[in-house]
Amino acid sequence: MSTLVFLEHHGHELLKGSLGVLSKAAAFADADVAGVVIGSKVRALADQAGKFGAPKLYVADDARLEAPLPQPRVDVLAQLVRDKGIDTVLFGNSVLAADVAAGLAARLDAGLNWDLADLVQQDGKLVGKRPALQDSVYVDVGWKSEPRIALFRSGSFDPVAAGGSAQVEDVAVALEDFSTSARMVDQAHEESEGPSIEDAPVIVAGGRGLGGPENFTLVEELAKALGGAVGATRAVVDAGWYPYSTQVGQTGKTVSPKLYIACGISGAIQHKVGMQSSGVIVAINKDTNAPIFEFSDLGVVGDVHEVVPRLTELVRARKAS
Amino acid sequence: MKIAVCVKQVPEGNSRIDPETKRLDRSGEGALNAFDANAVEEALRLKDATGEGEVVLVSMGPPKAQDALRKALAMGADRAVLVTDEAAAGSDLVATSYTLAKALEREGADVILFGQQAGDSDGAVLWAAVADRLRLPVVSQAAEITQADGKLTVKRQTEFGYDVIEAPLPAVVAVSDAINEPRYPSLKGIMGAKSKAQATLSLSDLGVEGDRAGEQGSRTEVYGLNDPPARSESKKIEDNGNAAQAILDFLAEKRLV
Repeated sequence: MSTLVFLEHHGHELLKGSLGVLSKAAAFADADVAGVVIGSKVRALADQAGKFGAPKLYVADDARLEAPLPQPRVDVLAQLVRDKGIDTVLFGNSVLAADVAAGLAARLDAGLNWDLADLVQQDGKLVGKRPALQDSVYVDVGWKSEPRIALFRSGSFDPVAAGGSAQVEDVAVALEDFSTSARMVDQAHEESEGPSIEDAPVIVAGGRGLGGPENFTLVEELAKALGGAVGATRAVVDAGWYPYSTQVGQTGKTVSPKLYIACGISGAIQHKVGMQSSGVIVAINKDTNAPIFEFSDLGVVGDVHEVVPRLTELVRARKAS
Repeated sequence: MKIAVCVKQVPEGNSRIDPETKRLDRSGEGALNAFDANAVEEALRLKDATGEGEVVLVSMGPPKAQDALRKALAMGADRAVLVTDEAAAGSDLVATSYTLAKALEREGADVILFGQQAGDSDGAVLWAAVADRLRLPVVSQAAEITQADGKLTVKRQTEFGYDVIEAPLPAVVAVSDAINEPRYPSLKGIMGAKSKAQATLSLSDLGVEGDRAGEQGSRTEVYGLNDPPARSESKKIEDNGNAAQAILDFLAEKRLV
């Protein structure tokens, strides 16, 4: 199995989702794994790639690849897959990665299975585990031909820093005209403290039950104490209480942190789909009939304005001791 | 300006997967994929902004998908094209994007719009595959679209904030569901939809070879269905002043703090 892992970066860091997929790929018995980094001035990312399991790293470094746009990346990957005889290409989900994976599938006429929660070897075949119908069923999916392309749900795998270093190989960059016709004219990044909801091991999320945008500080404080990220429901994002980038339950924003604490969230179906594959779910809501309690590991019927700050204090005290 | 909107009929209400065929059971009532209503709305706005043009719906599905298309026509789209063929059933991304691209080629639209995901398969990838087949620029997760001087300016939402991307026409754009509030069809719209053109095309009409469509043209397959991993038993407590401590103890027990 000759596997290529698409390593996405933001700033000077490889994304945790990509690294998780890399570590997963490196753990397969007959792994022949390489990573690929595509961008401008990205060679320095090789250290990180090696540390998380890539013995080999292909680097496509070109000023035309600076903007995080999908189509030039399809050009690079298609060339690489053909030249190196790669049979499996793996992606951790993101807005960019999904577009790259699908473009590559069309370019190579290769099968793409998306939203996978796991990948296993069964009877000599690669089998993807795909939660479907609001995660009520897990579908075993596969590929009829090579190359195979897989797109994994955020948070499916933990990055494992096994140590090691990557041997870097530069790849030539030849881009199609149509791939470079879209152009980035501006990027406005919301600089937030701490991890994003895709990368965070802990998410503390707030909903309508907080009562108003000012009460998001309660959620932020708890997230900070737990070393986690802040999430928000669609309702509060629509109401302008919190930025869209934190919304759980939009496309691609299926999160699977180890711990999800839902504060004042009723648990509408869209939200449920976005977070129910979290490891442990704790819900705090004053409505005892809130649907969120049906899929929580621990449900607390209570007032978020009281329970959340007290919990923050207790967590802080525990960490300080 | 000519705008094509790719829409899909999805099963109404609770979906199920047929254990025999391992495909989504599409035998029941169908509805317009809710996310596609945002794309239809945006197409109507773009048409209004330019003051002239046409909004054409392009879809693949069973014959009864015409009902879902009629709902989008009632919103104000001008006509619809449905690719319907037994041989297209069970198409995966590779096969669907191939056939859809053939149908879109015939239309030669300036802008091709998609909704942000399919409500049945949760797929959120088709546009990028279609754009690659058509060799057109693509932008997804559009929160705002403006057009001027033969190009689109699209505000894209990502995990990290907003990007502003410019693409020359023709272009493929997938809109986020935050882009607009889809209109409800008026009574006049609903009545008017009945007389709008709804064409059907077969795979041979499009020149799609049999081995490029359906299961034959697909590169992925389904082996079986399993139960999801079981969740541990759920506990529920009332806050009588000790709930925060109870949560902390629970987290400590699970080694999460």
